[in-house]
Amino acid sequence: MPQIAQLPEFWSSQVFWTLIFFGITFFVIGRGMVPKVMGTVELRDNQIKDDLAAAQAARDAADDQEEAWRERENENRAAAQSLIAEAKAKAAASNEKKLASAQKRLDTKLSEAEAEIEAARVSAMAEIEGVAAEATQDIVSRLSGEKVDKRTARAAVKKALTNA
Amino acid sequence: MAAEQAKVDPMKQFLIEPVFGSENWSLAEGFNIAFTNSALWMAITVVLLWAFVAGGMKRELVPGRWQMAVESFTGFIDDMLEANVGKEGRKYVSYIFSLFMFILFANLLGLLPIGVLGLHPFTFTSHFTVTGVLAVLSFSIVLIVGFWKHGIKFFTLFVPHGTPAPMVLPIALIEFFSFLIRPFSLALRLFVAMMAGHVLLKVLSSFVIDGINAGAMTSVIVAVPSFALMIAISALEILVAGIQAYVFALLTSLYINDAEHLH
Repeated sequence: MPQIAQLPEFWSSQVFWTLIFFGITFFVIGRGMVPKVMGTVELRDNQIKDDLAAAQAARDAADDQEEAWRERENENRAAAQSLIAEAKAKAAASNEKKLASAQKRLDTKLSEAEAEIEAARVSAMAEIEGVAAEATQDIVSRLSGEKVDKRTARAAVKKALTNA
Repeated sequence: MAAEQAKVDPMKQFLIEPVFGSENWSLAEGFNIAFTNSALWMAITVVLLWAFVAGGMKRELVPGRWQMAVESFTGFIDDMLEANVGKEGRKYVSYIFSLFMFILFANLLGLLPIGVLGLHPFTFTSHFTVTGVLAVLSFSIVLIVGFWKHGIKFFTLFVPHGTPAPMVLPIALIEFFSFLIRPFSLALRLFVAMMAGHVLLKVLSSFVIDGINAGAMTSVIVAVPSFALMIAISALEILVAGIQAYVFALLTSLYINDAEHLH
């Protein structure tokens, strides 16, 4: 077994070169390069963590904004709804008022017309009575030669007209 | 004589040979530091590992495939330490990552089929001198961290919570020995696993070569099944390369957890 057979000859060389080359490995690669590699990994991990946190924050902000928007929207909707109701009520009230005034105007017109008709009828009736009384005076004087005064004739006519 | 030449020595792959004529380099009297094939493969491991990690250093926010691969390795080590040690584990990521990747690359490079190009891959993790150094390093970190953080109270590690008073001494002894054995088990596990796999592959390859040399009959009976088995075991070895690197890193992190938190 050369490991044992060559031990006296080469142990010092083996130990020496192992220390040298493992020392180079440790100080150049282990101490010099590995921390940089791990630093890169850490940098990347931090970046990913930060990015995720930023994304989460943005998402939260968006949610908040959406909530605020929804609230505002609901308020606006409610305001619009009340505005519509108010306008409706106002329109209904003004309609009613207009209708009422129109009705009143019609009523007065109607009653005026009725009064006019009544007046016309009364005057017509008076004229008829007048005419009838004169006619009666005329007929009586012609038939009996008697003179009837105007008042009597008129009373008789009135009596005859109401009886008729 | 022909059969003698075709013989495969399954141990030859573990032979250490100085390269570039460096066999007489030494730091002090009796401390030879010849640059061997083992050291050469360590150098190759370091260069490839450096290239692999450097490819993942583009620091892009959206990683490419390569960066993703490197980051998944660092993330894997980071998660393992987080799970086993907790928040304090983060400062050991550099060490555990170096350990895991150094062993993983070494194990995998040793399995490269570059023998067909006439090159000889050398698995330096199949030498207990190498795995021993790594184990001692891990064990030293455990000792230093343990005594640094807890001082003399670190010895309470050897007395688990709720031990009845009469049992304290024997249990402390057992715990103490199991603690001392840790660096050996750490080193030997990796060395044995890597060596066993490579020996097995070489033995089977000798069956294939000898079977073919011995004629058509043995080719069918011995060589073909052996070759099929080699393919399957090569796949298993790739798995073992990863598992052993993982086990080494995992156990080290568990031991560090002991040092950080006692029991």
